[in-house]
Amino acid sequence: MSEVMLAADGRPLKASLNRALRRQKLRALMLIAPLLIFIMLTFIIPIGQMLFRSVENQIVGDTIPRTVAALADWDAEAEPVPGEDVFSAFAKDMMVAVELKQHTRLGSRLNYEASGLSSLFRKSGRRVDDMGEGYADQFAAVDPAWADPATWVTLMAAPRWVERQAAWDGEGAEPKFILSASITDDLPQTASIYADFARVTQSEDEESPTEETPWNVVYLALFEDLTANPDVQIAGPVGDLVAATVPQLAAFTQEDIRAAFVAADDGWEETRVWKTIQTYSAPYTDGYFLNAIDLQKTPDGVAWQPENEQIYITLFLRTMMMSVLITVSCILLGYPVAWLLANLPARKANMLMILVLLPFWTSLLVRTSAWKVLLQQQGVINDTLVWFGLVADDNRLALINNATGTIIAMTHILLPFMILPLYSVLKTIPPSYLRAAKSLGATNWTAFWRVYFPQSVPGIGAGSILVFIIAIGYYITPEIVGGTKGVFISNRIAYHISTSLNWGLAAALGAILLAMVLLLYWAYDRIVGIDNVKLGG
Amino acid sequence: MKLTKAFMATTALTVAGTVVMAAGHMADQMTIVSWGGAYSASQQAAYHDPYMANTGVTIINDESSSEAVAKLRAMSEAGNITWDLVDVEAADAIRLCDEGLAMEIDADEVLAPGDDGSTATDDFGDMLVNDCFIPQIVFSTTFGYRTDMVPEGVAPPSGACDVFDQETYPGKRALNRNPVANMEWALLCDGVAYEDVYDLLETDEGQAQAFAKLDTIKDDTVWWTSAAEGVQLLADGEVFMGSTYNGRLFSAIVEQNQPIGMAWDWQMFDLDGWVIPDGLSDERLARVLDYVRFATDTQRLADQAKYISYGPARQSSAPLVSTHATLGIDMAPHMPTDPANAENTFVNNYTWWADYRDDLDAKFQSWLAQ
Repeated sequence: MSEVMLAADGRPLKASLNRALRRQKLRALMLIAPLLIFIMLTFIIPIGQMLFRSVENQIVGDTIPRTVAALADWDAEAEPVPGEDVFSAFAKDMMVAVELKQHTRLGSRLNYEASGLSSLFRKSGRRVDDMGEGYADQFAAVDPAWADPATWVTLMAAPRWVERQAAWDGEGAEPKFILSASITDDLPQTASIYADFARVTQSEDEESPTEETPWNVVYLALFEDLTANPDVQIAGPVGDLVAATVPQLAAFTQEDIRAAFVAADDGWEETRVWKTIQTYSAPYTDGYFLNAIDLQKTPDGVAWQPENEQIYITLFLRTMMMSVLITVSCILLGYPVAWLLANLPARKANMLMILVLLPFWTSLLVRTSAWKVLLQQQGVINDTLVWFGLVADDNRLALINNATGTIIAMTHILLPFMILPLYSVLKTIPPSYLRAAKSLGATNWTAFWRVYFPQSVPGIGAGSILVFIIAIGYYITPEIVGGTKGVFISNRIAYHISTSLNWGLAAALGAILLAMVLLLYWAYDRIVGIDNVKLGG
Repeated sequence: MKLTKAFMATTALTVAGTVVMAAGHMADQMTIVSWGGAYSASQQAAYHDPYMANTGVTIINDESSSEAVAKLRAMSEAGNITWDLVDVEAADAIRLCDEGLAMEIDADEVLAPGDDGSTATDDFGDMLVNDCFIPQIVFSTTFGYRTDMVPEGVAPPSGACDVFDQETYPGKRALNRNPVANMEWALLCDGVAYEDVYDLLETDEGQAQAFAKLDTIKDDTVWWTSAAEGVQLLADGEVFMGSTYNGRLFSAIVEQNQPIGMAWDWQMFDLDGWVIPDGLSDERLARVLDYVRFATDTQRLADQAKYISYGPARQSSAPLVSTHATLGIDMAPHMPTDPANAENTFVNNYTWWADYRDDLDAKFQSWLAQ
C-alpha cells in the first residue's frame, strides 16, 4: 500500500491538482460564456426549433381530438364517408375550434395536403354554431330548467368550484372551472364538451359559465349520452330533472349533423377530405419529409407525387451540380490569381490584393445587379459583341435568367473565398523547391505539377469547402439572375417560409440540405482528410 | 478574481440588453408596415403627414410588407408584436386572418362612414373580403409594351391576349413567376369565358389547357419576382411586353417619360389594405384604431390618388379624385377603374387562390423547371 502524496497545505496532491484544474476549466468556461449563451440563444435553439417543425403535426390532434379518435377505426373502403358518430364528434371539435379561432389554422395546415380544405373549414365554421340547436330547443321544451345556466353548473361543476365561485368578489379573473369527478363517468361526452365550453367562456369571452347558456353541441352530447345510458343515476335535484327527461327522449326529433355539414359545403361528402384528416392525425408525421423528396403520404402508404408536381429532387440535384460547377470555376479562375499574389513583389501583390478585396467589400446586391446590367440581352456584353459583329443583333446571347447567369454571377461573388485561403497556403511554399526541381532537370510543367501543385492542395481543399458550402445555400443571387433554370433549393425554402407559410415543408427541405452538407463534409474528411485543409500558414 | 467578475458582468449585460430591447415600445409612436417606394411615399403624403401634424403621434415606417405574413407569424410565436399596422394584399389578409394573426374588426364600428352618408360597409361594399381586411386601394396587374418596338403597320397591343400572339408581336415577354393571373390569362386568351375560368382551373384538364397555352410563349418569357423588375425589363428594352402593377407603369410612363404604353384589356384587379396584428395591448390598439379611422376616410383615400394611380377603395372617394400633386395631370384616365380602361377586367379570386395556391404553385414551378 503506497502512501498518499500530500501537497504543501497537507491535502492529498491528487485532490489539490484536481481542484486547480477544475478552477481553470471553470474560468475557461466563464471566458467563453457570453459567446456560448449568445450562440445558444440566437443560433442553436432557433435552428433546432425550426427543424423540429419538419415532423411536428400536433395541430390536428389538438384542434379536433374527438374527431381523430372517432376516425381511428374508420375504413374508407367499407364506408366512403364516415358515419354520424364522426360528424357528431366533428361538430363538437369545430365548435371549440371556431370559438378559439383555430379552425381556419387547421384548414390551412390540411390544405397543404389537399386543395380546397382551407375554404372548407372556413365556410363550415360559420355554420357550426347552429348544429344541435334542435336538441337545445327540445330539452328546453321538456323543462325550461335546461336552458338555465345554473342547472348546468349544478350538474357539471365540482362542489369546491361552486364554493370558490360564490366566494369570488368579481375582482380579477374568475376561479378556473373545475369539472365534477363523477359526471365524467355518468355523462362522458357532455362533461367533456361542457368543460371546453366553460374554459372557452372564461378565457376567450371573459364571461362566467354561471351566466351563459351552453353551446348547442352540449345539448347534442347530452342527448347522445342519455340515449346511450338511460339508466344513469345522478344525485340531487338535477338528477331528478335528468331522470324526468330521459323518458321524453324517444319522442325527440333527431338532427342529422352530417346533413348539416354537407349543407354548409358538400366537400364533407368527399372521401379524400376525410382520408386526409385521418392520414394526418398523428402528432408527428413524416409527411413533410416525404413531400420534400417528391413523395406523398397516402392512406395506402407512400407514393410518388404526380409527375407534374415533382420538383424538389430536381432542385436538390441542380443545387449540387451547380455548386460543384461554381466551385470548379472558382478553382480555375482563383488559382492563377492566388499564384500571382503569392509570387509577385510585395508592392504589386498588395495592389492586386486590393483588387481582390474591393469587390469582396461591395454589397452583394450591388454586385448581382451589376451583373444584370452586364449580362442582359441589351446589356454591355451583348452590345459589345454585336458592335464587333461577333453576334447578330437579332440573335443576342442569353447570358442571364438561366443557369449560365447564376454560375457567372456566383463564381464572381464567391471568388474571394477561394483566392484568400489559396493565397495563404501558396505563400508558404518556398520558391526554392521549384528552382530545385528545375535544376534537377524537370520541365516547367513537371516542376509545377509534381512539386508545387501537391503542396497547394490543402489550400484548394479549404477554398473548395468554403465556396461549395456557401454556394449550396445561396439565395439572393439565383433569385435575381437565375430565371427558371438557375434557381436553387433555397429559393423554394424561402417561398415556403414567406409566402405559402408551409414552415413544416421548409424545415424538412432545410434539414435535408443540412444533412447533405454534413454528409459531403464527412465524405471529404474520409477522402481528403480534414487535417489536410489549411486556411493559412 | 477580477477577470471572472468582468466576464460575469459582460454576460449579465448581454442578457439584460436583450430584455430591455425587447421591452422597449415607446408611447405615442406607431410602427406602420408598407411596401416602400412610390407607394409608401403616397401614404406618407396622404395619411401619415397630416395625421402626425394633427395628433403629434410619431409614425415609423417599416418596408416589410412583402414578407409580412411570415414575420407576423414569427412575432406572434415569439409573443412580441412590434408592428402596429400592416399593409398587405387581400390574399395575404386572408392568410393572416385564417392563421389568427390579424385582428377581426367590425367595419361599421371601426371605420368612418362615407362622406355621402353611407355606412362603411356599404361604402366599401365587396372590397371587405373578410373580417380582418380594411381596404385601401384597388390596383391592377396589367401589361405595358415598348412603343418603339411595335412592328410597323401593326396596331399596338391592347391587352393581355396580345402576349400570346407572337406572329403579330414578336419579341420577349415578361411575366410574374407565379401562377396567379398567368393561369387566368392563359385560359381567357384561349377562348374560355370569364365565368368559367376558376371552375375550369380546378380540373386537371383546365390546368393542362392553361399550361399548354403558356407553353407557346415559355421560351420567350422572362419571369420576374418583384414588380420593380417587371418595369425595369421594359425600361431596358429587354422585353417587348410585360405584366406588372399599373402604378409602377404609370410612374415609368408619366413621371420618367419612358417609351412605354399601357395595354389594359383583361387587367387583373386586386386589393390592398390594412390589417391590424392580433394581440396588441389596449393602449396601442386604441392608437391604431384612431389612425385607421382617419386614414381610411373618404377624403384621405381620395388624397392618395393624387400621388399614385391606384383607385380608392371607397365608392364615395371616386368623385373626389382630382389631379396629380406635382404634374397637375388629370388622374382619372390613369386609374384601372376608369371605364375606358376597364372594358374587360377580372378580379383576383382570393378565396379560390387560398385553396388552390399551394397545389398550383407546385405544378407551376415544376412546369417552369422542365
